[in-house]
Amino acid sequence: MMRIECPWCGGRDETEFHYGGEAHIMRPENPDALSDEAWADYLFMRANPKGVHAERWMHAQGCRRWFNVLRHTVSHEVVAVYPMGTPRPDLPETGA
Amino acid sequence: MTGPRRLPNGGRIDRSRVLSFCFDGRRYTGYPGDTLASALLANGVRLVGRSFKYHRPRGVMTAGAEEPNALVLLEPGRFAEPNLRATEIELYDGLVAESVNRWPSLRVDLGAAAGLASGLFVAGFYYKTFMWPPSWWNRVYAPVIRRMAGLARAPSEPDPELYEHRHVHCDILVVGAGPAGIAAAHAAAASGAHVILADERPRPGGTLLDGPAWVGDEEGAAWAERMLAEMSAQVLPRSTAFGYYDHNFVALAERLTEGLSPAERGGRPRQRVWHIRARRVALATGAHERPLVFPGNDRPGVMLAGAVSAYIHRYAVLPGGRAVFLAGDDSVYAAAREFARHGGEVAALVDLRTDSAAEANGLLVLRGAVPLRTFGRGAVTGIEVEVNGTRRRIACDMVAMGGGWNPAVHLFSQSRGTLRWDDESRMFVPGLSAQAERSVGAAGGRFDLEGCIAQGAEAGVTFACELGFEASALSATPAAPAAQPGVLPVPPKSQDKAFVDFQNDVTAADVALARREGMQSVEHLKRWTTLGMATDQGKTSNINGLALMATGLGRPPAEVGHTTFRPPYTPVTFGALAGRHVGALADPVCRTPMQDWHETAGAVFEPVGQWLRARYYPQLGENMREAVARECRAVREGAGILDASTLGKIDIRGSDAAEFLNRIYVNGWKTLGVGRCRYGLMLGEDGMVFDDGVTTRIGEHRYLMTTTSGNAAAVLEWLETWLQTEWPTLRVYCTSVTEQWGTITVSGPQARALVEPLVEDIDLDPAAFPFMSMREGWIGGAPGRIFRIAFTGELSYELNLPWRQALPVWQRLVEAGAVPYGTEAMHVLRAEKGFIVVGHETDGTVTPVDLGMERMVSSRKDFIGRRSLARPDCLRPDRKQLVGLLPEDPLEVLQEGAQILEAPRAAAPVPMLGHVTSSYWSAAMERGFALALVRGGRSRHGDQVWASATTGDSLVRIVDPVFYDPEGTRLDG
Repeated sequence: MMRIECPWCGGRDETEFHYGGEAHIMRPENPDALSDEAWADYLFMRANPKGVHAERWMHAQGCRRWFNVLRHTVSHEVVAVYPMGTPRPDLPETGA
Repeated sequence: MTGPRRLPNGGRIDRSRVLSFCFDGRRYTGYPGDTLASALLANGVRLVGRSFKYHRPRGVMTAGAEEPNALVLLEPGRFAEPNLRATEIELYDGLVAESVNRWPSLRVDLGAAAGLASGLFVAGFYYKTFMWPPSWWNRVYAPVIRRMAGLARAPSEPDPELYEHRHVHCDILVVGAGPAGIAAAHAAAASGAHVILADERPRPGGTLLDGPAWVGDEEGAAWAERMLAEMSAQVLPRSTAFGYYDHNFVALAERLTEGLSPAERGGRPRQRVWHIRARRVALATGAHERPLVFPGNDRPGVMLAGAVSAYIHRYAVLPGGRAVFLAGDDSVYAAAREFARHGGEVAALVDLRTDSAAEANGLLVLRGAVPLRTFGRGAVTGIEVEVNGTRRRIACDMVAMGGGWNPAVHLFSQSRGTLRWDDESRMFVPGLSAQAERSVGAAGGRFDLEGCIAQGAEAGVTFACELGFEASALSATPAAPAAQPGVLPVPPKSQDKAFVDFQNDVTAADVALARREGMQSVEHLKRWTTLGMATDQGKTSNINGLALMATGLGRPPAEVGHTTFRPPYTPVTFGALAGRHVGALADPVCRTPMQDWHETAGAVFEPVGQWLRARYYPQLGENMREAVARECRAVREGAGILDASTLGKIDIRGSDAAEFLNRIYVNGWKTLGVGRCRYGLMLGEDGMVFDDGVTTRIGEHRYLMTTTSGNAAAVLEWLETWLQTEWPTLRVYCTSVTEQWGTITVSGPQARALVEPLVEDIDLDPAAFPFMSMREGWIGGAPGRIFRIAFTGELSYELNLPWRQALPVWQRLVEAGAVPYGTEAMHVLRAEKGFIVVGHETDGTVTPVDLGMERMVSSRKDFIGRRSLARPDCLRPDRKQLVGLLPEDPLEVLQEGAQILEAPRAAAPVPMLGHVTSSYWSAAMERGFALALVRGGRSRHGDQVWASATTGDSLVRIVDPVFYDPEGTRLDG
């Protein structure tokens, strides 16, 4: 079970959180202007990297705030925790 | 003296007390400190179980957690625990145990005939045999196989014992209290770090207790005791670390009443599961001895050599009188010496190798030998070996074997560390770590005592320093002595069964057959033969199996690899995993203010989300259908009341609340006046209906949203998610008020007459208080709200009262003649009106258009899911659409979930047109009716189709989904 650092409450067990999928997917400003393909891309297509993944987590059994996490999908290492609405932080290249 | 095999002196047992116990109906005695296995061996009991498939006689093979044979059912009856390893059960006075998988008894076992028919049970037998005729599987093959194979029966009575969980954080967790673990914990604790030292056995010491051991000039056991007394670590004996999960999360099962009879347990929890989050973990889990693979290696009396030494030193039990030792590595020589030193006769020390330099102390050594077979009916009486081309038969009552050692890398591997095959020592050892842990001692492939202790201490100090504690520097761990590799199995030449996996009855021939049948990977081998899939998860068999596979394939073991080590390390009882989350605490029940009243009234309940809702209120002699019909008539003809407190209620405030609702719901909200209600439909971004409910504007910038009962938490999270992640600039705040407001729906032509006496300051006249509006005022002396919304189609008032003041109002309404109706009547009444219920008429694939609600969908604004409604798939004319169904037989009530077909007996594949989503008996229409989703159904009104279910096929007519009062004339009473 992972341990996740909630920016408001501190480190807590994974079971206290809800997972929110890939981060930084903006809802299109004007959905009507999008082709079916472009809309389907927003709706369904998600990254599935082997490596560092930016994703959303919510502290459901705590402060109920959403935040972003960079997690390594192989090691499950939580590389960074950062607020909603801020860009994905740059990471130094790692061999992992 | 407790049995003929008990030594007069020694052992770590308490001889001042004699314990009496019962195995398979016979009485025996033992001492405190015994395990069930050691006490049975002391009593000369060799046969302790029958094997899984062939029902072959089996005896105790090991002295620990890896035991594959000696499984028993402990304490038949209420306290029963099936499939425990006798090698781990601590003896207590009055213990009762039974062997498993024998029928009718251990000595006379009819299933042993399976051994004669063993050609049927070869590798992959369940993929090949018993296939035809197919109808025989359920009736004949499965019941017979299940009687013949398998282990202990599951207990049938509820478990009377308590279990608990504990969550802890520590700096350093040390798993295993052998020499390396003790040294690690001692060194780490000296730094002031919080250290937990866990060991599966009742007494720490590990292999120091299994034979003569000296740490410097201190006797091994005394060293262990001194170290433990000195250290400040938290020591958990009888605690098995069974799972190593992400981020150094380790789960332990602590057995708190081990060695106590049920009467002595005194209400203490039987087990405690520890959830430990450790900053560092030292794995000092030791090693398991590898059996040798030779024909007849499973006969009772064939044991692991290390276990023989352990029985002598821990329990003062000499497991045999005249023994043959089969050596695949030098540690067997030490066991043979111990056996001889304690009065056993070593008939021969048979070394499979030619080049060992181990000291034999005058014992007869046969080098370069091959064991060919064993003899004996039941227990072993002799063995045949081949030495330099000649066969020798040696009489004995015990065979002690050892093929070398496998580091217990289970937890390391669970932590997702990768294993490395070490060619020199011929074993898998920990390679790359994935987490903050270190394997020390035998678990890391280090077998010399001095090295184990040094390595443990080094890990303890290193961890402490890494965590910022001050620890004294140590001298470096000495270089490891030259590896003393054991032997890996080679395929035996004989046709007799040579067992690899003793618990699942997998033989060397099975492994070879699997390879010939094309199983090239060890994962295939495992599944085809079930190698390593028994309750012992192949602790004694996996490495031998994959080594045989490697030999057969002509590839090195490093290339063949190993199967995945999965938790739990040893089986964990379900009770321990459940802890206190059983009975009423398994799944908490939310209670409405009227719950007690419903219970007193004899209501039948149904689960809805976390609630238990009153489904109907049967009166004396009424069945469900009669009760529901009576409740429905009451609403249609008089007045009924429903406890609707379970409806999700979310208070939405803020200057952007209307804009927010506009984006969340398909319909528009900006024109809704204060005090007005509107039905809203929420979609997922994929355009599919997610939830529905009535939302009321209760102030300038304030709304009260209602959700379906089971979906309240999900809807709140949905709203919060959009506000926090996509529209953080909207000034909107959501608060759940579900449990602040008790809700009573009064519905029926008499509703107004019933509510009128309760209110003073609200005019109930439909002209002053129109449908879909809300009034605030005093209701039965409490400040509340009344909503004129109707799920039944009748004149309805939904009373919202402060939670604790709802019950008196409910009681007054009942006294005034209102008939309580439950959720079943509610469902009938709403279905008669063609109103959907999310989860009945929707299943995540249904759009508002499918439901015939396209007129609700605003075209003047964007909202969640809108764009998806224009996707090609959502525009198909043959989408499943909501319709009504009338069975041609009016007395019939269709089965919910019945499939809609064009014809009842078409050739497969039968085109599926849809399914019945809700089906009831209508008291108003005096007939059965249903709602359904049917392909292109809206253009098929009047067509006849078939509803096909397990109960049969029914001819039905497709009709409009609104069955009752389609003009809505009854809304105002």
